[in-house]
Amino acid sequence: MAVPLLKQGDHLIISLQPGLTDKDWLKLGDDLVEGVGKFRSKGAIIDITALDLIDSFAARTLRSIAYACKLRGTETVVVGIQPEVAFAMVQLGLTLGSIMTALDLEEGLALLKKQAKEKGTRGR
Amino acid sequence: MEDEIKIGIKSDEDVLNARQQGRALAAQLGFSSVDLTLISTAISEIARNIVSYARQGEMVFRPDRKNSRKGIVVIACDQGPGIPDINVAMQDGYSTSGSLGIGLPGARRLMDDFEIVSEAGKGTCVTMKKWVR
Repeated sequence: MAVPLLKQGDHLIISLQPGLTDKDWLKLGDDLVEGVGKFRSKGAIIDITALDLIDSFAARTLRSIAYACKLRGTETVVVGIQPEVAFAMVQLGLTLGSIMTALDLEEGLALLKKQAKEKGTRGR
Repeated sequence: MEDEIKIGIKSDEDVLNARQQGRALAAQLGFSSVDLTLISTAISEIARNIVSYARQGEMVFRPDRKNSRKGIVVIACDQGPGIPDINVAMQDGYSTSGSLGIGLPGARRLMDDFEIVSEAGKGTCVTMKKWVR
């Protein structure tokens, strides 16, 4: 299943659909990490609103993708974790490490813009 | 009572299929949407263990009843290498495959009942249950 990358200004958005196999997960990670360079994105958003669960493999993969993007200079925000999914992740004992999260796409974009602004101010 | 569902597990596609079918049966039994997510997450972890450690195995889902409560039984068996020390494998963060090491202890937390039987060289069987609240 190919997952398209959407360019939105300085940011790259990827919306995950349910029914992703492990191979799909790894592929979309590769695509995003490559995409942030190709589009010179300042931030990336992984939208998981449509996912009905995050298991340990998915959590580990999200963490790897976010760290890899960070190493390439791009901040990543995971958005749209549903209440049931959040609850199951807590019980399973999953954490996303230091990955940034936001309620939805709108909040995610706002968070990235705020971060970029702070970075800019610090640089001066 | 609904029939039992048997699913062969040998690839990541089968893991996906198992959690979808398990969720569908649990939905028929009347579990809440939070419980459906807990059950399918536990199924995903246990099914993935089969693929990672034993390469192939089988999962069975069937309805159960305790007094007046409905429940779901999930059984996952394989003829893989087995787990040498179950107490160690049930600890959070222990993994021999580079994974997060929360599959077994995590699945136990997600379900109401959890039982694991394993013999080195013979295989592993996990039986877990959850009851409708």
